[in-house]
Amino acid sequence: MTAQESTATRHGAVATSRGNVVALEPFPVAARRELADAQLRANLHRATHTIRDKRARVVAEVPDWEALRAAGAAIKDDVLARLPELLEQFEAAATQAGARVHWARDAGEACQVVTDLVRATGAREVVKVKSMATQEVGLNEALEAAGITPVETDLAELIVQLAGDTPSHILVPAIHYNRRQIRDLFLRRMPGLDAAGLTDDPAALAEAARRHLRRRFLSARVAVSGANFAVAETGTLVVVESEGNGRMCLTLPETLISVVGIEKLLPTFRDLEVFLQLLPRSSTGERMNPYTSLWTGVTPGDGPQDVHVVLVDNGRTDTLADEVGRQALRCIRCSACLNVCPVYERVGGHAYGSVYPGPIGAILSPQLSGGGANRTLPYASTLCGACFDACPVRINIPEVLVHLRHSTVAAKTGPSAERTAMRALAWVMRDRRRYAAALRAARRGVAPLRLAAGRRGTLRRLPWPLSAWTASRDAPLPAKETFREWWQRERA
Amino acid sequence: MNAREEVLRRVRAARPAPAAGVVPRDYRTADDDDGHDDRLATDGNGRDDRLAMLVDRLLDYRAGVHRCTAGTLAATVAGLLGSRVVVPAGVPEGWLSAYQGMVVRDGEPALVEVAELDEPGLTVLTGCAAAIAQTGTLVLDAGPTQGRRLLTLVPDHHVCVVHAGQVTYGVPAGLARLGDPTRPLTLISGPSATSDIELNRVEGVHGPRRLDVVLVSAPAA
Repeated sequence: MTAQESTATRHGAVATSRGNVVALEPFPVAARRELADAQLRANLHRATHTIRDKRARVVAEVPDWEALRAAGAAIKDDVLARLPELLEQFEAAATQAGARVHWARDAGEACQVVTDLVRATGAREVVKVKSMATQEVGLNEALEAAGITPVETDLAELIVQLAGDTPSHILVPAIHYNRRQIRDLFLRRMPGLDAAGLTDDPAALAEAARRHLRRRFLSARVAVSGANFAVAETGTLVVVESEGNGRMCLTLPETLISVVGIEKLLPTFRDLEVFLQLLPRSSTGERMNPYTSLWTGVTPGDGPQDVHVVLVDNGRTDTLADEVGRQALRCIRCSACLNVCPVYERVGGHAYGSVYPGPIGAILSPQLSGGGANRTLPYASTLCGACFDACPVRINIPEVLVHLRHSTVAAKTGPSAERTAMRALAWVMRDRRRYAAALRAARRGVAPLRLAAGRRGTLRRLPWPLSAWTASRDAPLPAKETFREWWQRERA
Repeated sequence: MNAREEVLRRVRAARPAPAAGVVPRDYRTADDDDGHDDRLATDGNGRDDRLAMLVDRLLDYRAGVHRCTAGTLAATVAGLLGSRVVVPAGVPEGWLSAYQGMVVRDGEPALVEVAELDEPGLTVLTGCAAAIAQTGTLVLDAGPTQGRRLLTLVPDHHVCVVHAGQVTYGVPAGLARLGDPTRPLTLISGPSATSDIELNRVEGVHGPRRLDVVLVSAPAA
């Protein structure tokens, strides 16, 4: 069994009433295992560095980027404040245009609604546009249980589906595979491919995917999509994509079912002028993605004539209730925060357990569901803040991480070594003399260790109980001289 | 309580107090050319700046770009087409006046079948509703020169005629050109592509693998 084949059973997302947003095992346990996979780390390093460089170049050429970010954040905050009215406005406009709007309280209900709609058409197979919402609610598993075959049509989703794997990135679900691994997978899972003729050139692999899916597109009767945006004013849905698989699904079948989180709303069509600039540059690092489709209900003679929208809550209202944490609902799923994160770059998406990995996942998953090991996710960060800088809607991810850590600590009762240590430290640091005296004492105490610490001035291993700290970090020794002492000596 | 009422009740209970003030729109909405790209050779005439930028962006996406005037449009189009072309009903006869091959007009009398659009060697020729220079984007709104969405999706080759007057500098002005945003809209920026393999862009997946843009300059004043 190859490393990739085994991943489906290795990592811990599990279908619950909240869907695939619950990590089964604590992040440190999952991270340790993923870190052991050298090929995975090499693939991730290469991919994340490629895309962060591209993003930096195309963002730098937009002189009003910061103004666009500010507008994007403000529009989304406005949406959250007016969500009930906007949801009703969207429902009325979409219904007026010929769509049928359905509502779902949680993942299970969303799956039930979609399954019933597909059953009513009599179709046994649906073509799917890549969608985080349908992954979140576990739709593929639900459809399969009902005897309906979901066919993922995005190239990366297809790779993951053929491998029996789970996605590891929001935008590029197969980011953990390199071209050689993809070629081998296609040869195993696509009947009729010529082994001698198929190289690992990305163009050849894309051609193989085109042939594999062509007939299915042209004969599909039902498509399932998500939506990047939903415009309340007009009832319009928007899908942003690259390959044309989205257009195929949104245009050719008779029935189209779109699963949309309630926070995807924008008040007006004009607001797209902000988000269609922010999203492509932040996600793929392109000035614009190849294809964006916008549709409003049913257009006679053009595209699906049976159009459905399923509005999903699934923990979003719980998130909305948190004054600090609700900013996570601004997220437009661009994945820029993943690509710049030093933690994600090393552990990859599977370590987070949820379908939402990386920095945004570390604040979104535990708010959507408090179950499983989700409480460990806010600790999956160095708080370096690169994610906040990259976020096109200015989500202050470090602020929310600290807020969620605080909630976890505050919920604990009884004595803990950490709390006792922190209280003692707080008492010492509250007074300048006490603090200076403590530093002097610490310096004398560690003097014999200076030799062991070497030139870096850090210790790699400490005895128990401090070994808990040095198990995954170096322990720095106190400086030989403090800044205050230096100032006293030089300037006094 | 049904799902709709329950979700709306939860949202009402959880939402923040309405934000004071309005959304700041300090980003660029005027469609002048002050943000022009210094790397592009320009003659200081604003309209030419944005056309040069559109060409630069389209070439970057590996689309073909063919500049012509109203007088040379038909010859330019004819040079790009193979033996058969499908066009929406509203494409002007003049665009095809130099073309010798077979022309299929959608809906005259019958709608073209999907299987026919999928046949090799077929080109689709359309106009557009607007084009955006800064992002190299063609905007189609299913108008008479653009037709049904599948016409520009299933064939492997798309030729799109853009008139200089349709080109805006930025995204805001491009979207503002659309008279009715509830029509089916397709924004096209280069040929079909994927970045899914090691995040390298590869042209040509499910949509048309070749995109040629015929850019018609305004007649000299």
